[in-house]
Amino acid sequence: MAAVTERLVGTAPRTRSESGVWSWITTVDHKRIGILYLVTSLCFFFIGGLEAFLMRLQLATPDAHVVSEVVFNELFTMHGLTMIFLAIMPMSIGFINYMVPLQIGARDVAFPRLNALSYWLFLAGGLVLNSGWLLGGAANAGWYNYAPINIGQHVINGVSTNLNPGPDSMGITFYAIGLQLAGIGTLMSGVNFIVTIVNMRAPGMTPMRLPLFVWTTLITSVLIIFAFPAFTADLFLLTLDRLFGTGFFNVAQGGDVLLWQQLFWIFGHPEVYILIMPAFGIISEVIPTYSRKTIFGYSSMVFAIVAIAFLAFMVWSHHMFTVGMGPLVNSVFAATSMVIAVPTGVKIFNWIATMIGGRIRMTTSMLFAVGFLVCFVIGGMSGVMLAVPPADYQFNDSYFLVAHIHYVLIGGALFALFAGIYYWFPKISGRMLDEHLGKWSFWLIFIGFNVTFFPMHFLGVEGMPRRVASYPANLDLRLWNAVATFGVFILTAGLIVFLANLRKSLRSGQAAGADPWDGRGLEWSIPSPAPEYNFAAVPLVRGRDPLWVEKTYGDGHMIPYVPGGAAPEAEAGGHGHAAAEGHGEGGPGGEGHGAGHGHGIHMPNPTPLPFYLAIALTVAAYGTIFKVPEIMVLGLLGTFFFVFRLIYDHDPGHHVLPEEDAG
Amino acid sequence: MIEPSHSGEFGAPRGTYHEATPAENNKLGIWLWLASDCALFASLIATYLSLHGQTLAGPGPKQLFDLRITVTATFVLLCSSMTMGMGLEAAQRCDYRGVLRWLIPTAVLGLAFVGMQVFEFTHYVLQGLTLQVSDFGASFFTLVGFHGLHVSFGVAWITSLLIYVFRKKRVDQADAWRFEAVSLYWYFVDVVWVVIFTVVYLMGKVG
Repeated sequence: MAAVTERLVGTAPRTRSESGVWSWITTVDHKRIGILYLVTSLCFFFIGGLEAFLMRLQLATPDAHVVSEVVFNELFTMHGLTMIFLAIMPMSIGFINYMVPLQIGARDVAFPRLNALSYWLFLAGGLVLNSGWLLGGAANAGWYNYAPINIGQHVINGVSTNLNPGPDSMGITFYAIGLQLAGIGTLMSGVNFIVTIVNMRAPGMTPMRLPLFVWTTLITSVLIIFAFPAFTADLFLLTLDRLFGTGFFNVAQGGDVLLWQQLFWIFGHPEVYILIMPAFGIISEVIPTYSRKTIFGYSSMVFAIVAIAFLAFMVWSHHMFTVGMGPLVNSVFAATSMVIAVPTGVKIFNWIATMIGGRIRMTTSMLFAVGFLVCFVIGGMSGVMLAVPPADYQFNDSYFLVAHIHYVLIGGALFALFAGIYYWFPKISGRMLDEHLGKWSFWLIFIGFNVTFFPMHFLGVEGMPRRVASYPANLDLRLWNAVATFGVFILTAGLIVFLANLRKSLRSGQAAGADPWDGRGLEWSIPSPAPEYNFAAVPLVRGRDPLWVEKTYGDGHMIPYVPGGAAPEAEAGGHGHAAAEGHGEGGPGGEGHGAGHGHGIHMPNPTPLPFYLAIALTVAAYGTIFKVPEIMVLGLLGTFFFVFRLIYDHDPGHHVLPEEDAG
Repeated sequence: MIEPSHSGEFGAPRGTYHEATPAENNKLGIWLWLASDCALFASLIATYLSLHGQTLAGPGPKQLFDLRITVTATFVLLCSSMTMGMGLEAAQRCDYRGVLRWLIPTAVLGLAFVGMQVFEFTHYVLQGLTLQVSDFGASFFTLVGFHGLHVSFGVAWITSLLIYVFRKKRVDQADAWRFEAVSLYWYFVDVVWVVIFTVVYLMGKVG
C-alpha cells in the first residue's frame, strides 16, 4: 500500500492533521468529500425510512390514529423530499465524487474547493429543510408542493382563506429556502463534474473509452445544469409569494397555479433521470465485472444515455395529464414519454446480453444488479401504462403511481446504489463486506420491497388515493394495506442486516487489496483505499476497460504515461516528466493538477473557506425564513466576503511524494 | 505483445496529450455556469410572458414605460461591453495601465446602469406599480430586478479585480483568465439585457 513518505517544505505554512473533525471540515479531497456525501446521504436515508415506516404503521389498519392527519401530511412530504434530494441524489453524487476521478485517471476534480462547497451547501439545505420539524412545522404539501396549497393564505371571493391544512404551514418556507440551498450545491457539482470529465482525463482516455459510469455522470451533470435553474426560479417565485406578498401562484392577484406545476416539472422530470442515470452507470460497471465480459453494445449504451437525457426535457407534461391541457398536448407528451422506453429498453437488453455467455459470479453486488433489472422493468412497464393519458385519468394520484415511483426509485435507483456499495466499498474502505450477511440483506430487502410495493398496484386500481392519512374499513382496502405494512418489516430487517454488515466490516472486515473483484477500470489499479494523490504516475490508457486491457495484453499493471514516448515501459511511479505548468493558481477552485515528477505530486491545500461560506449562506437563509432583514443582509455580506476570498485566495498547494505501489 | 488491429478499441493514444490548466478549467466552468444561468433567465422570462397581461388595478406597461430612460440605460450598458472588450485586450497584453483605463469606466457604466434602474423602479412604484398590486408588477420587478442584481454582482466582481491588480501594481499572463471570466459574464449579462429590452420594453410599448 502506498503511503505518504514526505511533504516538501517551501510552500505555505499549514496546519494539517490527517484525521479529526477539522480535517474533514477543511478537506478538498474528492475521496473524502465523496465519503461525506455517502455517510450523510445514508443518515438522511434512514430518517426518510423512519418517516415511511410511520406512514405504513398508520395505514396498516383502517381508521388508525398512529399519527394525526397534520403530521401525516408532513411525513409523506418530508419522506419524498428526503429520499429524493437528501438520500438518493447525494448518494449518487458521493459515488461520482469518489469514483469518477479514479476512473478517468485524474488526481482530483477540476474544482476541489467548489466540490467541498457543494457538499456543505447540500448538508445546510438538508438541515434547513428538516429543521422545520422543530421550528414551526415541516413542509406538508407533498414533494411537488402544488400551488395554491403551497402559498397558504389565499383569497377566494374576497375572503382570505388558508388552503394549507397545516397549523401555520411554515414548513413550506423551509422547503423553499432549504431546497434552494441544496440546489445551489448540486448545480456546482454538475459544473464541476462536466469540467472534470471534459478536461482531466488521463492520456488515451478518449470519449468512447470512458467507463459508462463516467458517461452517465457527464450526462447527469448536463441534466443538472439545465434542469435545476427552472426549479431555482420556481422556488424564488414561491419565496416572493410567501414572504413579500407577490401573487405569482395566487389567482386573486392575477397569478397562475399551473405556472408552479409547469416550472416544477420542467425541472422534475429531468430530475428523475438525474436520480436514475448514475444508477444505470453503476449497473453498467457491476454487470461486466461479475460477468467477466466487456459491456455489450458500448456505443449503443452511450447513445441511449444521451437520447434519454435529450427526451427527458420534452416529457414534463405527462405529470399533468389531468389538469386539462387538452387532447393534443396530452397526445404529444404521451408519445414523447413512450419513446423513452426505446433507449431504456436498449440498455436493459444490453445488460442482459452482457450476462449471456459470461462467467457470472453471483456476489451480493451482482444480486442487487439483477434485482435492479427485474424491478426496474416492472417500474418501466407501469410507467408506460401511466403514459397513456386515458388510463392516467384512472391511475393519477392513486397508489398505482406510488407503486410505480417506488419500483423505479427503490427497485431502480436504490438497488443500483446498493450494488454500488457492495462493489465499491472495498475500494473506499479497504475492507470487504461480508458476502454471507450481504446475501441475507439482499434477499430480505428484495422480498420486503416487493411485498410492500407490489400490492400497491392493486390498491391503486381499486381506487385508493395517495396521500390519504386513513381509509374507512368498508372499502375492502384492508388486506393489501396490511400486506404492504408487513413487507416494510421484512425490508427494515434487510436494512438492519446491511447496517450490521457495514459495522462488522469496518471493525473486522477482511482486507480488500487493490483489486478484489478482478476489476476492469482504472480505480482497481491503485491501492484500497485510494491514496491522497490517487495515481503515483499518470496512467496510460490503451483501451476501453483499461485495467482489463493490461491484464489481457500487458503485465496486469497500468503503464505510466511518458510524454512523447511512443513505446512506454513500465517504470516506477513519480518519475521525471512534464515540467510543472502554471499550477497553483488560486482561482475559484483552480488548484493545480500537477503531474507526478521530481518534486512530488502537487495537491491543493485544505481550507475552511467553503465551510465558512456555507455557514454564512445558512445564516442568510434563516434570516429570510424568519423575516429578519438584518440577519439576512449580514449572512449575504458574509457570503460575498467568502466568495471573493475564494476567488482571490492564492493556494500554493503542497507536494506529496508517492511511495511505489507494492507489487 | 499482441495488439488487435482495430485501434479505436485498443492502442496508445494518438495525437498529443494536453493536460488542462486550471485557467482552462475555470473558463469552461464559467461557460457552464452561464449556460445554466440562461435557463434561469429563460424561466423568469417565461414567467413574465405568461403573467404580464395581468395588470389588474395597477398601471400597465404602455402607460408606464418611458423608453427614453431605458434606451439611455441600454446605450450605457452596451458601451460598457465595449470598454470591457478593450480592458480584456489590455489584460491579455499584460498592460496594467490599460486595464485600469478601461475597466474603471466599465464599472462606472455598470453602476450608472444600476442607478438608472433604481431611478426607474422608484418612478414606477410612485405611479402605483408594486410587487403586490398585480402580477404584471411582480413578474416585471422580478425579471428586471434579477437582471439588475446580475449587473450589480458584475460591478462588484470588476471592482474586486481592480483592487486585486491595483495591489499587485501589474497584470500577469497568469491573471488573463480572470479577465476572460469576468468579461464572459459581463457580455452574457448584456445579451440578456438585449432580450429583456426587446421582450419587456419594446413589446410592452408596442404589443
